[in-house]
Amino acid sequence: MRPSNGPRPIGGRWRRRPHLSNDSKSRLAAIGRRMLPFQAAGEEPGRYGVLRRNMTLLMILLTVVPLSLMAFINHREHRKALRAQTEAPMREILVRTRHSGEIFLAERRSAISFITSASTYEQLADQAELNRIFQVMKQEFGGFIDVGLIDASGVQVSYAGPFELVGKDYRDQEWFQEVLVRGTYVSDVFLGYRRYPHFVIAVRHLEPDGRSWIVRATVDTELFSGLIGSHGNVPGGDTFVVNRQGVLQTSSRHYGAVLERVPLDLKDAGLEPLITETVDRSGRPAFLGMAAFETVPFVLLYVEPRGTAWEPWYTLNNELFLVFIASIVVVFLVAYRLASSSVSRIEKSEENQRRALHEMEHGNKLASIGRLAAGVAHEINNPLAIIDQKAGLMMDLTENIPGFHLGPRFGELASSILNAVDRCRTITHRLLGFARRMDVEIRDIDVNDVLQEVLGFLEREALHRGVQIQLELDAELPAIASDRGQLQQVFLNILNNALEAMPEGGKVVIRSWRPDEEHVSVSIEDNGSGMSQETMKHLFEPFFTTKAPGYGTGLGLSITYGIIKKLGGEIQVDSELGKGTTFFVTLPMRASPEMGA
Amino acid sequence: MEDFKVLLVDDEEDFLRSLSERLELRDVKAGTASSGEQALAAVRSDEPPVIVLDLKMPGMNGLEVLRKLKKTNPKVQIVILTGHGSDKDREEAERLGAFAYLKKPVQMDVLMETLKRAHKKFKTVKHAVDTALMASALAQAGEVEMAREMMKKEQEEGEEDAKKRGK
Repeated sequence: MRPSNGPRPIGGRWRRRPHLSNDSKSRLAAIGRRMLPFQAAGEEPGRYGVLRRNMTLLMILLTVVPLSLMAFINHREHRKALRAQTEAPMREILVRTRHSGEIFLAERRSAISFITSASTYEQLADQAELNRIFQVMKQEFGGFIDVGLIDASGVQVSYAGPFELVGKDYRDQEWFQEVLVRGTYVSDVFLGYRRYPHFVIAVRHLEPDGRSWIVRATVDTELFSGLIGSHGNVPGGDTFVVNRQGVLQTSSRHYGAVLERVPLDLKDAGLEPLITETVDRSGRPAFLGMAAFETVPFVLLYVEPRGTAWEPWYTLNNELFLVFIASIVVVFLVAYRLASSSVSRIEKSEENQRRALHEMEHGNKLASIGRLAAGVAHEINNPLAIIDQKAGLMMDLTENIPGFHLGPRFGELASSILNAVDRCRTITHRLLGFARRMDVEIRDIDVNDVLQEVLGFLEREALHRGVQIQLELDAELPAIASDRGQLQQVFLNILNNALEAMPEGGKVVIRSWRPDEEHVSVSIEDNGSGMSQETMKHLFEPFFTTKAPGYGTGLGLSITYGIIKKLGGEIQVDSELGKGTTFFVTLPMRASPEMGA
Repeated sequence: MEDFKVLLVDDEEDFLRSLSERLELRDVKAGTASSGEQALAAVRSDEPPVIVLDLKMPGMNGLEVLRKLKKTNPKVQIVILTGHGSDKDREEAERLGAFAYLKKPVQMDVLMETLKRAHKKFKTVKHAVDTALMASALAQAGEVEMAREMMKKEQEEGEEDAKKRGK
């Protein structure tokens, strides 16, 4: 006994391609493949491929876009907050440092201003007196290098300091002109005669009687540098002052010494501290703060590397980014799997639908061919009857005329006509049978019994042909409600075909089993000549026969098909040329005549 | 073989001519009618024991003819011979009491065999009817015993006949 999952009907190959158009399409495709050998491998993705791709893309889009948007917004907001947090202390440092710088300069200026106003010209012109004043200045304020009195014509009158400058004429110098106009002057840092960086503070005094003189002092930048540099003590931080041309006025830690040029853009520097992002000298990202001095044309700069403060943020960012990438990968995978499974489900159901449609079409085709055939048979029967009678009469007449020398010849001819009419009669009568609305008589029957009965009819034939018949029947097979006569005809037709396809000494195996609770199956397997795909395709169509003309009507299997459908069953065939053919018949436990209609 | 008469009814004249000629050759006296109306007229003038009747004819069709004849001439045995027979027609014909239902083209020996059986049936029926008529005549004449005996004999013959046929 075969296991119940053994010989399942092979999914009816003839049904997959019932349309000529499909067939010719595939033939065209085959020709195309032959002509373009390189395209053979790259089959087009097809409708389901496109659907799968679109669904996947849509799902990815629906998940990745909001995810990315969220990640982006979070990133930006976090960064903004962090930046604000970084900027506040920077601003404070800038303001404080600038304030210190301003006070430093204001103090020096006030000192010079005080000396200029509190002393008389005579006092200041007196070298000894000036020396004393210079000593006091150095003690009280520090940073002064020298001090001198210049008269209104620009000539150095007296001088206290390390150089010998009395009598020097400053008349044509730019600072002199400016101090005459403005009253005070603070120079940029320069090297001058003295060969080290310093700057000049000059103050003019105007007496009520119209006399005027100028006190000019030089200040060492070192003190100013120290004052500015002492702020911004953050590791890697750097505070320094440049003039409007970007020339360093104080020494810097990373941007060079005094009087070197700093390659930074100072255009936007104003009184309000401004923080921008830049890269420091070694190429690391940094924040640059700038604020202009109020009283002098200097700009205070503060560079702080970003690294230290932002390290945690970057770590967090990297971790979040990893999570983001991981979730996108997961989304991709899930989307693809989901799309694949739903598309394959759609594909499957459409395939089923298509198959059902094909079956229906096939059934309809058989039915309409049947009706047409019956109509033709009816119409042909009448003229056929006349031919029959005429030929019969000829035959009768030749027999009844003694001595007519053509008698035997005429009789022979008439007999040929009668034979031909007989053949036609067989066809038309079977046609009518094919189209007939068969009355199905449902009774409880044992399929094994029916098979045995049918074999009884065919035993002689099988013996005659030397065909061995092997039975593998399931003894436990339950009785089914079906039509005994019709089933007899079905099995008789199939077995007849099997016997005819068989050479001397062939073998037919008949099996019966129960595939599930609702059905009973029978298979009839022969090791005969088998059939081609082409034959299988037309197997159940009326008038399709592979037998020589006159030996078959081509109606047997189409009638069989009609009966099985009527009984609510399935018939399928599997065959290989030269190896044999197997018919599978599956019948429901309870046949209802309407089922297959 | 005992010869008998048959009326052939068919709209195909050609068919009628050949068939009647062939039947004549087989010692059957064949009359012809090419329409239902003609057939009814022929039966009225001379009742044949057996009629071969086509179903599809212009004018009155075969089933109509069958229905009428069964009323007017119940003894006549009617064999349907048609090329257009559907199952529905067959059922209807059998219900109306046709003796047999044959499809064109029919083999001559099949037809002959059917006609013989039909003829035999006609004779049986006619005998039964005649006996009954005679019995009733006798009964009317006061010979009740004789009439009863006659009917009994007839009944036994009928049963024997049925037995034979059953085998």
